[in-house]
Amino acid sequence: MTDGALLLQAAADSTRAYGEFPVIGARAFIWITAEVHLMFAAFVLGVPMFAVVTEAIGIFGGDERYDRLSKEFTRLLLVAYSATAIWGAMLVFGLSTLYPRFWAYLTAIFAPSMWAYAALFLVESFTLYLYYYGWDRWKKGRAKLGHWTLGILLNLWGTIVMFIANSWLTYMMSPPRDITPTTDPTTIKLWHAIANATWMPINVHRVIANVVFGGAIVGAYASYRFLAAQSDEERAHYDWMGYVGNFIAMSALIVLPFAGYWLGREIYQYDQSMGITMMGGFMSWLWVIQAFLIAVLFLTGNYYLWIGMGRIPGAERFRPYTKYLLIVLVLGAIVWGTPHTMIADSKELAAMGGSHHPFLGALGVMSAKNTAVNLMILTTFLSFLLYRRANTRPVVPWARGGTIIQGAMFALAAGVVLFYGIRGYFVEAIVRIGFSVYQVLAVLSCIVFVTVIDVLMARGAQSLGTIQWGKMPPRSQYALFILAVTFTWLMGLMGFARSGIRQYWHVWQVMQDTSKYAATPALGYASKMISLCVLIFLTLVAFVFWLGGLAEKSTFVASGERQGGGRHVGH
Amino acid sequence: MTAPALRRSATHPFWQAVGILVIAYIVVVWVVPLLPGSAIVPKSVVLQYMVTVLVGVLIYVSDNEERWARFKEPIEAVLAEPRLRVVRAVLLVVVTALVGLVAYGQVATTVAAPPNLRSIHPAPPAEITFRGRSITLTGLENPLRAHPESLALYLAEGKGVYYRNCLPCHGDHLDGQGHFASGFNPLPANFQDNGTIAQLTESFVFWRVAKGGPGLPREGTPWNSAMPKWEDFLTEREIWSVILFLYDQTGWTPRTWEKTGTGDGGRGTGHD
Repeated sequence: MTDGALLLQAAADSTRAYGEFPVIGARAFIWITAEVHLMFAAFVLGVPMFAVVTEAIGIFGGDERYDRLSKEFTRLLLVAYSATAIWGAMLVFGLSTLYPRFWAYLTAIFAPSMWAYAALFLVESFTLYLYYYGWDRWKKGRAKLGHWTLGILLNLWGTIVMFIANSWLTYMMSPPRDITPTTDPTTIKLWHAIANATWMPINVHRVIANVVFGGAIVGAYASYRFLAAQSDEERAHYDWMGYVGNFIAMSALIVLPFAGYWLGREIYQYDQSMGITMMGGFMSWLWVIQAFLIAVLFLTGNYYLWIGMGRIPGAERFRPYTKYLLIVLVLGAIVWGTPHTMIADSKELAAMGGSHHPFLGALGVMSAKNTAVNLMILTTFLSFLLYRRANTRPVVPWARGGTIIQGAMFALAAGVVLFYGIRGYFVEAIVRIGFSVYQVLAVLSCIVFVTVIDVLMARGAQSLGTIQWGKMPPRSQYALFILAVTFTWLMGLMGFARSGIRQYWHVWQVMQDTSKYAATPALGYASKMISLCVLIFLTLVAFVFWLGGLAEKSTFVASGERQGGGRHVGH
Repeated sequence: MTAPALRRSATHPFWQAVGILVIAYIVVVWVVPLLPGSAIVPKSVVLQYMVTVLVGVLIYVSDNEERWARFKEPIEAVLAEPRLRVVRAVLLVVVTALVGLVAYGQVATTVAAPPNLRSIHPAPPAEITFRGRSITLTGLENPLRAHPESLALYLAEGKGVYYRNCLPCHGDHLDGQGHFASGFNPLPANFQDNGTIAQLTESFVFWRVAKGGPGLPREGTPWNSAMPKWEDFLTEREIWSVILFLYDQTGWTPRTWEKTGTGDGGRGTGHD
């Protein structure tokens, strides 16, 4: 942007470009409303995905527990929808009164999409009302399938609404290159602005992340109800629900880093400066915190499974091996969290000859990080496999051979990951970047093929006993809480990284922020704001959970009422 | 302690946990610095590693009911059993003193400069002006490499430029250990390290040499870099030739630009 254009813009700003909000200021108000709105939006998008999948399992698998589980969550959605709308309204009022010039600019480009957004939100809300209130009426046969279709539509509307909102924020981040500060916004074609460089990567990343978030929230709700349960039967129901939530969250989490990698790559492709600011520049410390939090997710998810083995007859065969999995995860977490540029005092800096450690610095680069995270994903998958197999013994004649092949696949995948991880140190950067693709492909192939073999091998497997749902110590439930809190925190943190790399631009290199809040906040301040948003959201969610228990009694189904009462998830 | 008692302790989860933490601390604080070419591990990293190991240890002792019950035995005994009254009293004193010491260590004033949280990769602009002329950095290659027949000449020129201008800070070995180096914080860049020019495109190095400390971006300040703005003293060709010399002398290969297939010369992704 030329200095002349900047001056013109500054002059234009003198005519009420910005408003002010009492006490906390305009930026903090927008920050809190946008963040909490987004978290609720993730809730109302993630949970319906969960609900429609569990309803389908209930319909096609004939297990009524899934149907009741699905309904219980849809009930929570009604309140969560109101909260989403209220926070969304606060955000829009905030933008139009505190950032009127910027808001006018966005509406000049995106007005038709905003009308479509409002219309779809209306349709989505009424689909939800039909979905929930029609539950008991459309219960059997074709009517039930019709009801399930409503659930699918609910997800469809929600996803389109999210895609529309994503186009606005991605435009702010990566406006098409032919748009300059002097471009009249009314001349910008709507689709041209929507289909910007980071729109689709964010869409994909957020859809997967919403599945993870939905699962985690379900897990947290189940753990809350488990801890408050009065009877063993109720405990068994919520233990099972927590397991399902955790399973879905962890399964989707495994693919989430790949979507994130694509988004990161698109940001670099769009603007190298933006990419370096995010990953190597002053925002790089956020990634060390992110590494910590993701390590917490992996460790906690595995911990929950390992404790869960205590309630599965036959699991004692596998328990001695979990400590080796733990060692891999801890070493992976150490490597992943090792910063490239270390915080050190002057004496330590002098001893190291700079802020790179001469030995540990090797763990701070991409080759080491990719290797660590891929091995952690493989380890988590192995945990799931052991858990899944815990109370069965395969009877197919090729069971032994199949297990050996599975073991070989794990060894091969780990070998490929390690080979390219080490080789990455000896090749130039451009080749090294390509290696991560081979590592990811090795891990994904292993997951797919091992799962296929496992499903085939489980046919007619001998049962070693049924899972004793509910026989879980309370600390396992706190693990589920940790997962939900960590996911929420990560959303706030990474959302700040994505949004903060715009720095002092409302729209990157097109419209500058000339308000007194233009400076990018320091990381300490940002962390406090993010934590505050997480706290507000979780407090409100706790209220929603409490309402869920208040409105109706819990929906657990006593064993006599169940169809196929001996069924167990994942077995 | 007798051999059977030792064996009992070695299989007891509580003492296993203590043992793992002690061994991890010894490895991080004393063994890692002894490795060839290594150095002391900064306190911030020691803390980070120890917290990770502690979490791992807590997971180990509590992911199994029986192990968790055994792990808690000595803790509960110390807290409740009358025969361990003395141990309890000693622990009370030691823990209180330890907390006091840590608190004192946190608030006591020292003469040392506080640890600096500094980002090492400033983001380069897409375009710079060099003595009034615009240069696009994205996709830019070292123009001197287009004349392989004259490389020896350029290298000799670059060597001269380096020894006349860069030596006092970046050193004879290009390792950031020049005569003036100890006077700077941050230290001058060590070009032999695989984390500096080895990770960068030549256009990035050109930008850093041409614009120096004053040209560093606004975000991530204060940079405190003493690097001069060399465009005031060197010509464009001199800067490119000294860059050739840096890569030739250290043996590193400059980072190349990624080909996007769009025919625009490609863009760098800048990943590590």
